[in-house]
Amino acid sequence: MISSRLLGVLLVSLGAVTLTPAADFKPAIVYDFGGKFDRSFNQSASVGAEKFRQDTGIAFREFEITNAAQREQIMTQLAKRGSSIIVAVGFTQASAVERVARQFPDVKFTIIDAVVDLPNVQSINFREQESSFLCGMAAALASKTGKVGFVGGMDIPLIRKFALGYAEGAKYVNPNIEVFQNMTGTTPAAWGDPTKGAELAKSQFGRGADVVFHAAGATGIGVMQAAQDAGLLSIGCDSNQDYLHPGSVLTSAVKRVDVAVYKAFQDAKAGTWKGGQLVLGLAESGVDYSYDEYNRTVLTPAMKQRLDQARADIVSGRLKVSEYRAQ
Amino acid sequence: MSPPAKLPRWAELGLLPAINLIAALLLSGAIIRLIGESPWAALKLMADGAFGSQESIGYTFYYATNFIFTGLAVAVAYHAGLFNIGAEGQAYIGGLGTGLVCLWLGAWPFWAVLPLAILAGALFGAAWAFIPAWLQARRGSHIVITTIMFNFIASALMTWLLVNVLIRPGQQSPETREFAPNAFMPGLHTLLGKIGIPFTSTPLNLAFLLALAAAALVWVLLWRTRWGYALRVAGRNPAAAVYAGIRPPRVTLGAMLLSGALAGSLGLNELMGSQHRILLDFPGGAGFVGIAVALMGRNQPVGIFLAAVLFGALVQGGSQLSFDMPHVNRDMVVVIQGLVILLCGAMENVFRGPLSRLFAGKTRSPKSEIRNDGGPDA
Repeated sequence: MISSRLLGVLLVSLGAVTLTPAADFKPAIVYDFGGKFDRSFNQSASVGAEKFRQDTGIAFREFEITNAAQREQIMTQLAKRGSSIIVAVGFTQASAVERVARQFPDVKFTIIDAVVDLPNVQSINFREQESSFLCGMAAALASKTGKVGFVGGMDIPLIRKFALGYAEGAKYVNPNIEVFQNMTGTTPAAWGDPTKGAELAKSQFGRGADVVFHAAGATGIGVMQAAQDAGLLSIGCDSNQDYLHPGSVLTSAVKRVDVAVYKAFQDAKAGTWKGGQLVLGLAESGVDYSYDEYNRTVLTPAMKQRLDQARADIVSGRLKVSEYRAQ
Repeated sequence: MSPPAKLPRWAELGLLPAINLIAALLLSGAIIRLIGESPWAALKLMADGAFGSQESIGYTFYYATNFIFTGLAVAVAYHAGLFNIGAEGQAYIGGLGTGLVCLWLGAWPFWAVLPLAILAGALFGAAWAFIPAWLQARRGSHIVITTIMFNFIASALMTWLLVNVLIRPGQQSPETREFAPNAFMPGLHTLLGKIGIPFTSTPLNLAFLLALAAAALVWVLLWRTRWGYALRVAGRNPAAAVYAGIRPPRVTLGAMLLSGALAGSLGLNELMGSQHRILLDFPGGAGFVGIAVALMGRNQPVGIFLAAVLFGALVQGGSQLSFDMPHVNRDMVVVIQGLVILLCGAMENVFRGPLSRLFAGKTRSPKSEIRNDGGPDA
């Protein structure tokens, strides 16, 4: 459904090309500390922007942040140089977006994972707890020991949101299940430490866990490797990571940042972009669990049936998943 | 290793750093060529990005302000024979002090907030340096190890505070609320505007002048007071210092407290001057850059100022470079910065030998024979 709407948008905008030359539309994207190639969150955003370039032939400007002061500086520059829309990836950009958006009320801003309450800002958030819940259920269904693990990246509210949803999902299947939780660290370095990720996963395996879920960016690569080495199961995050270790990755908590970025660019180009808040959950296909040829052997039809049932219940509102912030 | 060869002072302070810098730029140029961009255009973009307009100058000196504070912090400890790797953590905790004052006393007039914010930043920073200093002075625990560990403790403590205690309720990002406008450090553009000089709005702020004042203060303290003399003697030769009636443990404590206080002042620029809130990881590695700045600036206030401006220019020019050249990503910029540090800091003696032979061949003044080898502070 999204794609058919996008196609319509695309056709409309193609018709408008004669009136507004493509060169006039200047999209831009600002990545966060994790960087464009983190195989996870930022990369997913970059995939969406790249798809926009391929589909429309319009180039976009991009920038990877290295220090806090740069965010405002770069966004101001992008706005000054006539960017039509600036997509800011990551909650840490919120205060910079707020300030720059106030200075340039004619420039459109889209921020992902945060809320900035201004008329020219579109805030896109995901209900990660819903996909985490399904992954928690999958973990509990697959676990033989009744013990499952969670490895977070940096200890921040967003990651605790993943952890809470995961634990709830696991307990929904098996009220007596034990959920081990570890955060990799307290600094942004925690997003890029596969070695420590593997250590934490191994220690959880040592305590009896046989499925581990990571929400740790590039650190998760180590978590998944450790599960593969131990012959146990892991669950990927943000991007669909099932292909990394076929047969060892149970599923992935997918977050469609790519769709969000692509849609923001397309809508801005077509003139249908609107400011305000957008929350994407299971119902909006903004988050989901993954099922493809790589995990078909481990995620059995029986498990899939339970997950799909729970997904339908969450979408219909019959099953409530707690939101960490609401506690 | 043989002692550093002797050079005339102008060559020591001007020519040698210039040659090192040019060599670093040439190497960077070769790498930029390899990835298919024009080195000349890249250099122009970088120089232009760092000094080409009022805006870029503002940013360059804004970054330099952080590096002056941390560079001075490292240098003071260095003169006392201590290698303070903990400037990052001290800056982090110092900023907490400054930030708390701004959050709590934001309703007060600026002239009342400012001294308290400076004091709190210095106190918090010094307190964070005190424990490693005390462990070094009384227990002999190596300061390099303890200060590194304290960086991690600082980071964990700040994350805990920002995620659980200080966070503005109802938001995702671990940041405090914004300070009241009374507690904003006035931007240099407003100060210059008051005396009739127009300047674009940049994050450059009053803290820059405070950093210069701190550099002057360090110079007076180290080279014009008895305390500073004791500190330098104890740093160069603890045994001789004891013989002269100086107590090295006391010097260690004093030097580290001053060092921590200087690093702790970073929050004045970063938080009061620019971000106007306490946020995660705001020192952003300035504490580590401070080590390179101090080494390159020969641990002298003037040298530290120049090196800090150079590093500020590298950060600002580098970000412009990656902004305008899509092929040069941020990691390339780090490589270029790394080459400058490598050649100007770590390998600064590579050209010293050939250069001194060149000078020895040309000028055979007896004076150059009795020159000290760069002074006590080289």
